[in-house]
Amino acid sequence: MTKPAVIGRTREEMAQRLAQDIPDGSYVNLGIGIPELVTKFVPAGRSLIYHTENGMLGMGPAPKPNEGDPELINAGKQQVTAVPGAAYFHHADSFAMIRGGHLDLCVLGALQVAQNGDLANWSTGEPGAIPAVGGAMDLVAGVKSVFVITQHCTREGEAKLVGKCTFPLTGLAVVNRIYTDLAVIEVTPNGFGLVELSPGIDFDYVQERTAAPLLRNP
Amino acid sequence: MIDKRVASAAEAVSDIFDGAKIMFGGFGEAGSPIELIHALIDQGATNLTMISNNCGSGQVGLAALLKAGRVSKVICSFPRTANSTVFPELYRSGHTKLELVPQGTLAERIRAGGAGIPAFYTPSAVGTPLAEGKESREFAGRKYLLEHGLRADFSLIKGRVADTHGNILYSKTARNFGPVMAMAGKVTIVQVGEVVDAGQLDPESIVTPGIFVDRVVAIANPAHESELVAAGASYP
Repeated sequence: MTKPAVIGRTREEMAQRLAQDIPDGSYVNLGIGIPELVTKFVPAGRSLIYHTENGMLGMGPAPKPNEGDPELINAGKQQVTAVPGAAYFHHADSFAMIRGGHLDLCVLGALQVAQNGDLANWSTGEPGAIPAVGGAMDLVAGVKSVFVITQHCTREGEAKLVGKCTFPLTGLAVVNRIYTDLAVIEVTPNGFGLVELSPGIDFDYVQERTAAPLLRNP
Repeated sequence: MIDKRVASAAEAVSDIFDGAKIMFGGFGEAGSPIELIHALIDQGATNLTMISNNCGSGQVGLAALLKAGRVSKVICSFPRTANSTVFPELYRSGHTKLELVPQGTLAERIRAGGAGIPAFYTPSAVGTPLAEGKESREFAGRKYLLEHGLRADFSLIKGRVADTHGNILYSKTARNFGPVMAMAGKVTIVQVGEVVDAGQLDPESIVTPGIFVDRVVAIANPAHESELVAAGASYP
């Protein structure tokens, strides 16, 4: 028995690809999950400042074992560190940075992205589910650029890039770029535009797994 | 002589009444005033409205207050926690109602309430299910939702150090909702690790000025929620 060949980029390779596109000096908010991996791949020579919406600029990596502080955590409630030049602030100031357009970029996960940039990433709308939204609606409403990093399809093989979202929305026409295991895709005025294919992936393979037209030369 | 110290957490929360609307500081365990919450459980007030970012974890702190059946409504941005089933059970049974608010809107509603602003327009949540039933208006071609300021009968928060005038400094990301909730509470009660005499804190460094604070309680070694949860603790 041989393992099936990996098709497209791994989660880490997706994060590495996205990190190439973050300009030096950006103020960046990273969501929970695959977005957190981006910090590992920032190209040498670039300096980014990470914002965590619970109240810090200058968030650093996880502490060494037994050196953590339960009062120094990130938005995923994991213990982190503060880099030199860090600042703490209260929640209303933190969301003033977000809503007021002061942050350059946020990187979020997604359940669905529509061809016009609508994002659904907080609820599948299942009856009986406990609704929880956190800061995603504020982030997409205010941050200058919104990048989504996600598997191209669900575990069941359903497309996450769609004509119109069926899950409850997080924001209207807010996504700028999508980084998946199969491709980098830009949201253009005319729909999903292919920026590049992952190594070893061809256009038709991505189009078959995208529930809206993919523009070859956007 | 202004001296806002009270002797114990029990004394600090003794006048909280049935039906009170209460803001609780904290984002997860960071900044959660766990000793004040436990004193409130002992005190017995019920039919409370809880305004807080989260609903606690395990069976201590906010989760214990919920589990004791004291909360009829939660105003919150993220009531799910991996290690607690307390809120989901109360929500599904209908005992506790939920008003779900985007996190930044929650913070701004509290700030506005404390600042005497009855309502404001925000771009967050436009076009989503959380916009349903809300007034909207366009400014410069973009749509915004009308959101209302929030006030509370009591705010319970946690700081690192206070002086006797109620000036407060916080600890790292445990600051989170403390400063805005201090403004929005008719009675603001702060637990701190240490209380010093007025004059001992640098006026340039004060985060919450004492005018927003009514009572300070020294809790020298506050419990850490994550350690209690890891030990399987429940309160009472």
